[in-house]
Amino acid sequence: MKPPPFAYRDPTTLDDALALLADDAEARPLAGGQSLMPMLNFRLVRPSTVVDLNRISALAGIAVDRGGATIGAMTRQVDALRAPVLAEQWPLIRMALEHVGHLQTRNRGTIGGSLAHNDPAAELPAVMLALDARMTVQRAKGARTISAQEFFVSSLTTAIVAGELLTAIHLPSPPPGAGMGFAELARRHGDFALAAAAIVVSRAGAGHARVVVTGMGDGPQRIPAAEAALLNGRFGEAAIAEAGAAASAAVSPIDDLHAPAWYRRKIAGVMAARAARDAIGRMAG
Amino acid sequence: MMSSETRTIRVTINGRAFGRTIETNLLLSDFIRHEVELTGTHVGCEHGVCGACTILFEGKPARSCLMLAVQADGARIETIESLADGERLHPLQTAFAENHGLQCGYCTPGILMTMKAYLAETPRPTEAQVREALSGNLCRCTGYQQIVEAVLQAAALMRGERP
Ligand code: FES
Ligand code: FES
Repeated sequence: MKPPPFAYRDPTTLDDALALLADDAEARPLAGGQSLMPMLNFRLVRPSTVVDLNRISALAGIAVDRGGATIGAMTRQVDALRAPVLAEQWPLIRMALEHVGHLQTRNRGTIGGSLAHNDPAAELPAVMLALDARMTVQRAKGARTISAQEFFVSSLTTAIVAGELLTAIHLPSPPPGAGMGFAELARRHGDFALAAAAIVVSRAGAGHARVVVTGMGDGPQRIPAAEAALLNGRFGEAAIAEAGAAASAAVSPIDDLHAPAWYRRKIAGVMAARAARDAIGRMAG
Repeated sequence: MMSSETRTIRVTINGRAFGRTIETNLLLSDFIRHEVELTGTHVGCEHGVCGACTILFEGKPARSCLMLAVQADGARIETIESLADGERLHPLQTAFAENHGLQCGYCTPGILMTMKAYLAETPRPTEAQVREALSGNLCRCTGYQQIVEAVLQAAALMRGERP
């Protein structure tokens, strides 16, 4: 189908974009268009105004300093996938992006667009939760920073309210010697996950473990019991198996045409264990 | 119902500049097919799933059904019509013909444009890499095997090897 009519604005500065969003609660920001454009074509959304962010160059780019990395919300997925600065400290981004869509969609799709859309089976929200990312959300009069845990509310829902725009994602430096792992099962390469897991582990200090599972129907979910299992079992093979079992026990998966709930539950554990083994293998010390 | 706005845009397609006044909700795929009348770019699903509408936007493969024409103002686009040099086929076209890489041909323009950009970056792909690079293009006829063979042969031709 074809998009419904709307007013179209393509501001070149963030301030102009925020002013347009402040003026009109029915306006929708357009990032890479890989989710919003299909919704417009199906007429699932009928915004009064489309505020195209593609001409705001200040919203794209990756900066790394001693505290971590800042990824502009309009950074294309392909650029994040290839960024050597991210690959060095946050290889989880690259591992996950290889599963996100296809060549054509990654060339347009953005990091911020995927996070703000928060498809319940999307890879990037899970990765941001595992990396303890913080999101900067701006409005015409001010800004706030939201932890990934609070940002991803539920399927297709984030903490962003009308008039606000996700502008940047901050990744704290990973703990020393961190290992990261990602595992996914999808029907076809590039499809959304039936189940996926993103893991960060480190032996530094008292130890660090993040176990996040997605694809269960409600977006990314941290599994504290699996994290405790990895830490208590000192990242051994028995701890990995226990973490997988904990992930299966903690999720409440949906049943749909892609997979029944019992299968998703089982695969959640398999993916968590697989990603954990990978992450542990890459961990220093 | 709100009536649409219009805007005048200038887009360079296959090296030629086109100026048109269009409605702002016009899809880029429809602009290419209906306004510029380059109908080689196909539209299969119109929601970003099939890849038939793939064009090169600023040199990179993109789905033209997921862009608005107005977003292409000032941009450089290449479509399937740019692939052959007059009567001389591009190595991808030769290889697809020789390997039966198409049957109905509906998916072919999107695949060739995707592969043109892919092979420019990856001149020596493995079969597994070609399959992954093709994952954003659906073909309902061939079963993909001949497409993969055609891409591998095209890569060899473009490297100056005659397989
Ligand atoms: S027509 Fe654009 S992806 Fe199918
Ligand atoms: S040749 Fe018919 S869809 Fe590919």
